[in-house]
Amino acid sequence: MTETYVAISIIWAFLFIYAIAGSIDFGAGFWAMYYSNKETQASILANRYLSPSWEVTNVFLVLFVIAIVGFFPGAAYYMGTLMILPVSFVLMLLIIRSAFMVFSFTVQRYTKPLVVISGLTGLLIPALMVAILPISIGGFIGGTGEQQYILFDQVLSSPTLYTHVGFGLATELFLAALLLSDYARESGSEQTYAVYRRNAIILGPITLFFAVTALWTLIPEAPWMVDTMIDIWYLFALSLVAASIGYSALWWPSKKANPGRPRIGVVFIILQFGLASFAYGLSHMPYILYPDLTIFDAFTDPTMFKWLLYGYAGGFAVLVPAFVVFWRLFMKDKNYLQIKQDDENNY
Amino acid sequence: MDSVILSRMLFGTSMAFHIIFATLGVGVTLMILFAELMHWFKKDSDYGLMAKRWTKGFAILLGVAIPSGTIVGVMLSLLWPGFMEIVGKVIAVPFQIEIFAFFLEAVFMSIYVYAADRLSHMMRIVSVTFVAFGASSSAWLINIAHSWMNTPRGFEVTDGIVTDVDPWAAVLNPSMPYTSKHVLATAYMTGAFVLVSIAAYRLLRKTSSEQERAYHKKGLMLTLVIALLASIYTASNGHATAGMLHEEMPLKLAAAEGLFETQANAPLAIMGTPNIEAQTVVGGIEIPGMLSWLATGTTDGVVQGLNDFPQDEWPPLFVHTLFNLMVGIGFTLLGLAVFALAWAIIFRKKDLPAWLLVALVTTGPLSMFGIEMGWIFSCTGRQPWTIYGIQLTSDAATQSGNVGMLFFLFIGLYIMLLVLTALVLRFYFSRNPVQQDLTVMNG
Ligand code: HDD
Ligand code: HEM
Ligand code: HEM
Repeated sequence: MTETYVAISIIWAFLFIYAIAGSIDFGAGFWAMYYSNKETQASILANRYLSPSWEVTNVFLVLFVIAIVGFFPGAAYYMGTLMILPVSFVLMLLIIRSAFMVFSFTVQRYTKPLVVISGLTGLLIPALMVAILPISIGGFIGGTGEQQYILFDQVLSSPTLYTHVGFGLATELFLAALLLSDYARESGSEQTYAVYRRNAIILGPITLFFAVTALWTLIPEAPWMVDTMIDIWYLFALSLVAASIGYSALWWPSKKANPGRPRIGVVFIILQFGLASFAYGLSHMPYILYPDLTIFDAFTDPTMFKWLLYGYAGGFAVLVPAFVVFWRLFMKDKNYLQIKQDDENNY
Repeated sequence: MDSVILSRMLFGTSMAFHIIFATLGVGVTLMILFAELMHWFKKDSDYGLMAKRWTKGFAILLGVAIPSGTIVGVMLSLLWPGFMEIVGKVIAVPFQIEIFAFFLEAVFMSIYVYAADRLSHMMRIVSVTFVAFGASSSAWLINIAHSWMNTPRGFEVTDGIVTDVDPWAAVLNPSMPYTSKHVLATAYMTGAFVLVSIAAYRLLRKTSSEQERAYHKKGLMLTLVIALLASIYTASNGHATAGMLHEEMPLKLAAAEGLFETQANAPLAIMGTPNIEAQTVVGGIEIPGMLSWLATGTTDGVVQGLNDFPQDEWPPLFVHTLFNLMVGIGFTLLGLAVFALAWAIIFRKKDLPAWLLVALVTTGPLSMFGIEMGWIFSCTGRQPWTIYGIQLTSDAATQSGNVGMLFFLFIGLYIMLLVLTALVLRFYFSRNPVQQDLTVMNG
């Protein structure tokens, strides 16, 4: 019982980390494309963030998938069977995006088309991933027993699909703009900061709008989640508070040329996503796929559970120091952050 | 075609695609480490440049290596849900630790590449050591899962339910030590030979400057020496692996050798086609007693034949050809490396002749081909089982009717990426020739 909840909490934590890191990664790819003609500084800054970090971000995706297989093999079975089409499309987009991004760093003469392809495919990935969420609540599954399948016609004609896709797009662009504004401030480029701050200001309310409508359109498909949602209303309320603080931080006074304290904004917005996704996850309990599969049915062997815990403890003990070094070198070091004029060809 | 066959084709192709980049990821990182070490000990900046250029090539390959690995990792659950359900309960630990090896590799790779100008030479060596260590350990860890599929241990299955799980017994399964060494040895061998090919190709061009030829000659010697050592190790642990098959998977060995009747003094058949009517290998060369000697250590040893097993459990007999190609390539490359090094030492003052360089150019592609043959042999030689003796491939596979369409989409994608990666590598290295770097470096 408690073991299962420990396991699902770890899964949630990995999903949360990947959702944030992945959104920022794909969103930054889009901004790098968007500004490649106009504001080259903004584009270079986005690439400065991306070049060292996309691999690390990708590993979090794998970490999440492998954690599900280890902790909830039954869920891996179910999801693998049902989600083969949407997940395969995500995989295809992912390989195009990563390959073309790396190619674009290398082949200067064709940088433009390569950046456009990687920027656009990257943009679609979170949208498609988020679109899988409403399917996994179980409202769109037909057939029985071994032979189950997604009712694509129903999914495609359901408003909740489109609000979720909108949510995925708005989130990645918003989070990336917010983080890049902080990154720009850290690197001392106030002009770029202003560009990304403006984007974050526009996208904040759009993201909130889609978050609320996504939840709203989900409810008719998943009435079983509503009771818990009402019980934990305070988590949703807290998340709104965090959102307001984070968003308002973009106007807080600062010593720099432009107003705003982007670091505080980033921290509170991440906190907001954490609270909201935790509340969403709680409302989902104990089902992985309603009404057929609960986390208890899908749970792994108890011996395996124990060894997996040891494995994560050991793994993170090695990794945390490595991450600290990484952070100091790429997110804090002034030598790396400062954009020199000749830097365009320096990858 | 039914969805099981299509799933096998799709997964096999995806693995065959991933393994190209994965093998180079393991092999080339080790070579970069050696170049950095040579730079350190010999204080010769040519080796530093070598490490830099190999790293650039590797960074381009990573753009495909990482997402293709992500594809196969996720595809396991999509195509083989029944298999992954057992994996999750019995052999999830190596998969999990592998992720940390990836993390280590990715973090230090970024540090090595993007922070190179801010690190001391010593710290550069330390970070590239972590990169090579991360890549090699991830290959080793994934191979634990693979060896467990061949010789499954550490659990019982009663009425379809997995019980008595012992993760350590699963990890320490009998074939693990053999195939792990073999996989690493072949990856190092292939990484080294691919760089041998490139250096030999460059040396064939007579027009380049003295400085540039000296650079490529150093590269050729360094990579050849390591390729030779790795080839020797490959042949020796390949032999031990065949011995392991004799103990643990006699049916696979019988199929690999096309041996029908159980016998002492069993002959080794080289090439040819196993023929069920003739009950022997047709059209090959037979060396009497050799198979018994290879598998058991004496020509009197008894080797089991295919007829000892029910025919519906036989793997497809073309695995004989795959096995022969792998072993043939192993000995050819070993011989060629010895020959080329001996020539280079004896005629120290002269350049290697063009015909020998041409032969060396083929070593990289051949070696990669050997990797592909070996893997397809190992996975197809396990058929009809996915988990040997426990789960049939048909029970592991997905029921989805969409695999056919996905197969064509993924194949198209892989072909496009292979072509593009080759073009990008060509483009980059012809735009940034060694001569230019050498001139900059030497002022
Ligand atoms: C450059 C590639 C290469 C070369 C030259 C060789 N091998 Fe190999 N071999 C592999 C690449 C490989 C591999 C791709 O790495 C495999 C596939 C699965 C595995 O564990 O390693 C393999 C598997 C493999 C197996 C099957 C293991 C299993 O199915 O569990 C045997 C018996 C051998 N090898 C034996 C040999 C021998 C006797 C060689 C003589 C020189 C040899 N290999 C050279
Ligand atoms: C023996 C065969 C294999 C070898 C030698 C191998 C090795 C590698 C290497 C060197 C990489 C690049 C990682 C990096 O540089 O960061 C990689 C990526 C990857 N491989 Fe493989 N691999 C093999 C088979 C597999 C299989 C069967 C799976 C499926 C479970 C798999 C899953 C992955 C994943 C998920 C990644 C991407 C990790 C990331 O996001 O960085 N590999 N592999
Ligand atoms: C990296 C090189 C590899 C190649 C080229 C390769 C190739 C193949 C091929 C051709 C098949 C289809 C077999 C057939 O149906 O005839 C297959 C099946 C499979 N392989 Fe491998 N394989 C590789 C490595 C691995 C590794 C490292 C693992 C496990 C961790 C693995 C797990 C599987 C599974 C689960 C199947 C499907 C079930 C089955 O057909 O038995 N493979 N592979």
